Amino acid sequence: MAYTDKVIEHYKNPRNVGSMDKADPNVGTGIVGAPECGDVMKLQIKINEQSGVIEDAKFKTFGCGSAIASSSLVTEWVKGKTIDEALKIKNTEIVEELSLPPIKIHCSVLAEDAIKAAITDYKKKKA
Amino acid sequence: MKLPIFMDYHSTTPVDPRVLEEMIPYFTNDFGNAASRNHAFGWKAEEAVEHSRERIASLINCDPKEIIFTSGATESNNLALKGVAEMYAEKGDHIITCVTEHKAILDTCKRLEKLGKRVTYMAVDHYGQINLDDLRKEITDKTILISIMFANNEVGTLQHVHEIGKIAKEKGVLFHSDAVQAVGKIPVDVQAMNVDLMSLTAHKLYGPKGIGALYVRKKGPRVRLVAQMDGGGHERGMRSGTLNVPGMVGFGKACEIAQQVMPEESKRLAGLRDKLRFGIEKELDEVYLNGHPTERLPNNLNMSFAYVEGESLLMGMDDIAVSSGSACTSATLEPSYVLKALGVGEDLAHTSIRFGLGRFNTEEEVDYVMNKVISNVKRLREMSPLYEMAKEGIDLKKVQWSATTE
Repeated sequence: MAYTDKVIEHYKNPRNVGSMDKADPNVGTGIVGAPECGDVMKLQIKINEQSGVIEDAKFKTFGCGSAIASSSLVTEWVKGKTIDEALKIKNTEIVEELSLPPIKIHCSVLAEDAIKAAITDYKKKKA
Repeated sequence: MKLPIFMDYHSTTPVDPRVLEEMIPYFTNDFGNAASRNHAFGWKAEEAVEHSRERIASLINCDPKEIIFTSGATESNNLALKGVAEMYAEKGDHIITCVTEHKAILDTCKRLEKLGKRVTYMAVDHYGQINLDDLRKEITDKTILISIMFANNEVGTLQHVHEIGKIAKEKGVLFHSDAVQAVGKIPVDVQAMNVDLMSLTAHKLYGPKGIGALYVRKKGPRVRLVAQMDGGGHERGMRSGTLNVPGMVGFGKACEIAQQVMPEESKRLAGLRDKLRFGIEKELDEVYLNGHPTERLPNNLNMSFAYVEGESLLMGMDDIAVSSGSACTSATLEPSYVLKALGVGEDLAHTSIRFGLGRFNTEEEVDYVMNKVISNVKRLREMSPLYEMAKEGIDLKKVQWSATTE
């Protein structure tokens, strides 16, 4: 299978790989996927309490090159966005940006889910 | 050292230059149709074909007349199963095979089931071998054929062909073996092993693609087949079609070379394979060997690298040609059915890599591959949430994983 240059670029130089403190009240953690399915994404976002803006994002992903690229891309996209703006990111935008083939669309769905899961976790902490 | 490195010799092999050299005249000067009985062009072609038949027969210890040329192992498997099922329909309707067979066997069996035959797909143990007592129990008076592969193409596990042959003979059931991965790599003797039909192909042993053979026993018992290709009655009526003379010449030469170099080559490849395995195991934790530790092809290594998805690992090694049992590398999105049958969990099946070593691999290449595997697994584990969780002491089997919305 041939990968697009953008997927290869993210795979070779992934942005924002790493972990943040799960216990930090300003950090939201989303883990989506399952090892049996071959994809698990962990996305963490750090939110500025005053402004509601996502200040930092980190990811770790078990999955194919497209899954790694999708999660790397969303860490770039969510940074600087408010929670509401981040929630508007659609998987189709990821597909378009990375030119993912139909067989890899589930990677983009997972990345969108990861954003939602991280925000849900953050909101739960604040509730 | 030249890049990329080819270490996927179970998928195919390059044509050995000595093989190609012998084939070339049969494309141009000696282009005759081996069925032309009345002129020198035909005689020359026929002579070449018969000489090749002898060379192939010598490698597996049979009579040259027992070699039926086909287009490859898929056709040989189809011909063996369908040909026997049709010919022996009055005797019975039951075939025994196993779950780790190649698709050319499994899908042929499915077709036969649609036609009303009964097929038993035997399970395998965690090494990939069938249980011989179970095999005895599965045989009924309606069983006409046992088809069990010699060596598995993914994990390299050898079946107990010798014992299966004995059981088949004792019960009066025909025994077919798909031996494409074994012939030319390890000793194969159809007499000693009581094999009645055997599928072979040239391109797995440094011969050309598009040529294969089915060994069909002539004596004790005389195996009969219904041809699946109608026409001019070539190949003792079992496979019509103008003979692929250059291909057959190449196949014959490849078998001759294999017979000469096998003892030395298999030892060398097993040495390189073990070097690769132990070198990797020394540097990485949670690496698992798939298949049997000793009863396997000398050139096969199949390992799972926990917490690292196979396709992403291949992507990091784009100057190395190996293959993965990961679902992402298959069209079906299902991980390897062979690993599944061995009881390898789907999580580990996704992390498996198959290394197939061959004649033209060097020690320098093995060192390169080893280092590349080690550095990529380390890099991807740093990126893997599963590795992080495992290191934190979380039991991944007990985690409640979220289902995707898909």
